[in-house]
Amino acid sequence: MPSNKSVSDAPIIQFTNCRILREHKLQREDLWVRDGKILDPEKLFFDEQGYADRCLDCAGAIVAPGFIDVQINGGYGVDFSQPCEDVSTGVSLVAKKILEHGVTSFCPTLVTSPPAVYHQVLPQINVHNGGPEGAGVLGFHLEGPFISSEKRGAHPERFLRTFRSGGTDDLMETYGSLDNVAMVTLAPELPHSQSVVSTLRQKGVTVSLGHSVANLSQAEDAVRHGASFITHLFNAMLPFHHRDPGIVGLLTSDQIPAGRTVFYGMIADGIHTNPAALRIAHRAHPSGLVLVTDAITAMGLPPGRHTLGQQVVQIQGLHAYVAGTKTLSGSIATMDMCVRHFKQAAGCSVEDALEAAALHPARLLGISHRKGSLHYGADADLVLLDDGLRVRTTYISGEEVWRAEL
Amino acid sequence: MRLVILDDYELASEWAAKYIRNRIVEFKPSADRYFTLGLPTGSTPYGCYQKLIEFHRSGDLSFKYVKTFNMDEYVGLPRAHPESYHSYMWNNFFKHIDIDPANAHILDGNAEDLEAECNAYEQKIAAAGGIELFVGGIGPDGHIAFNEPGSSLVSRTRVKTLAKDTIVANARFFGNDLSKVPTMALTVGVGTVMDAKEVMILITGAHKAFALYKAIEEGVNHMWTVSAFQQHPHTIFVCDEDATLELRVKTVKYFKAGLMHVHNQLVDPVLSMKDHYKL
Repeated sequence: MPSNKSVSDAPIIQFTNCRILREHKLQREDLWVRDGKILDPEKLFFDEQGYADRCLDCAGAIVAPGFIDVQINGGYGVDFSQPCEDVSTGVSLVAKKILEHGVTSFCPTLVTSPPAVYHQVLPQINVHNGGPEGAGVLGFHLEGPFISSEKRGAHPERFLRTFRSGGTDDLMETYGSLDNVAMVTLAPELPHSQSVVSTLRQKGVTVSLGHSVANLSQAEDAVRHGASFITHLFNAMLPFHHRDPGIVGLLTSDQIPAGRTVFYGMIADGIHTNPAALRIAHRAHPSGLVLVTDAITAMGLPPGRHTLGQQVVQIQGLHAYVAGTKTLSGSIATMDMCVRHFKQAAGCSVEDALEAAALHPARLLGISHRKGSLHYGADADLVLLDDGLRVRTTYISGEEVWRAEL
Repeated sequence: MRLVILDDYELASEWAAKYIRNRIVEFKPSADRYFTLGLPTGSTPYGCYQKLIEFHRSGDLSFKYVKTFNMDEYVGLPRAHPESYHSYMWNNFFKHIDIDPANAHILDGNAEDLEAECNAYEQKIAAAGGIELFVGGIGPDGHIAFNEPGSSLVSRTRVKTLAKDTIVANARFFGNDLSKVPTMALTVGVGTVMDAKEVMILITGAHKAFALYKAIEEGVNHMWTVSAFQQHPHTIFVCDEDATLELRVKTVKYFKAGLMHVHNQLVDPVLSMKDHYKL
């Protein structure tokens, strides 16, 4: 049948026989895509008298927005913080591999490094949409160097810095440019941090609190100045105390400015956070929970010993230890594993688990108008899952970019 | 008329859908000869639409060579509003079947010139060769489409102001807030529907019983516009038991006990596109 598609000639794909995540519920509906975006089929029908060029039978799969990982340090032997001439090869390798985990956009994360590394690495990777070559880059997540020495974790102490003044000088001197930066993690107890937080917000950079010994009022002050995220809640911060809840208290603080949400990252690999703690956070503030992998170089590598930079790491199941010890050397759970584990540990609905991996990070980064959801006009970055939330197929801009072997 | 009485809403919906299916399949529509179908909206025909969708999914009925003309649409309600008749038809019918969007006609309640829109609609119907089967419902005030009490029985497609009864009946779709219900609508006229080769009116529920009584047991009257179909050569009323509650026992016995076996021959056997024609 000839059709009158008066708006565009681009082919229209209709995903049928599926359940889509829309308006916080899994609904038995078809999903229409054109020109890499989700299409309104009713407008197509009445305005353009158009219909699908191709029907794709999803065999009953769940169709969810592609996952967004805002904290990932590397994987498959690649370490984003390792200074080198050609950063883009490593980023591209990881970007391609994480399509298998349903991740369609991510923030390559750099741990505390000397300025030379930031100056060399940051300009090499621009913010760009994904495709068959790999997941899209939303911008770097700079975790440090303006963090607490006491809570630095595995970050190298000699490269920690403080703010000499409140202006942009320290930022520019350290990072070089903020053009390709999506998020910065800092410790708000550092003097002059308030104006730095405001400055970063003005430049459109998301500010996260982490690796810090701040108390609740310092954290609330930072939020008032624009901070909106907590880096891996519970880890690298003061523990919750009933007379000073610290940064954790932001989850239920009544000092959050109206209309704003404080989001918090959770590494839901079953190892970095006790499931009971995960449940406390989720129940206290479900709409702020953002699943992150915080994956390290060893993610994606097979079990056994691996030499990664200066470290030798032993991989056993979901644990990555410093070889010969029982010290955890980082997370190696993939994003889809985190989604499955989170659902099981929190006892939440499928919809909640999927939103924690897509909608919430999109809202955090202020990109929810085009990512993280299946509303009309959004980018058609999709992940097709079976009922066990295992990834079957991944799409970016409506194009299939990965398919599981049957 | 044929008064087809089924035990309940589900059976009435099914009978009506089977009848529509048989009519389309027997007609053997093709690119040169479309089947033109008039369609209603509302809670009454919902079950019938569900059944038609089922028939389409099983491969027994295609709408590829069917042209549809809806009866009415609110004036001034945005087309994307969930209560517009465009939304109703998309969600409850069009999105589940294979009709060509160019053949699905609904009046545009947001047209610049409403009168011109109505006249154009009449012309589209004429250009399509007239309506083969017009399916409709009945309001509690006995109206067909939005031909409210007092509408001319020879009226054509035009703008109508809704009666209080109709607005109250529709309030449940607008959060029970009378102020949110549209007050005007574009509607096919009584005359427009009378021009169809065949008319099928679906009437279910006790709240429609009095209107059915007025429509078929009293005289032709512009206060109960469905009564106009007493003068149409081929009218079928499909109802459930509850809708017959205000009728005379004699009427019901005549049509139910007396004629149901004849009515059932119209839907048994139920024909399938698979046997009868190739697309």
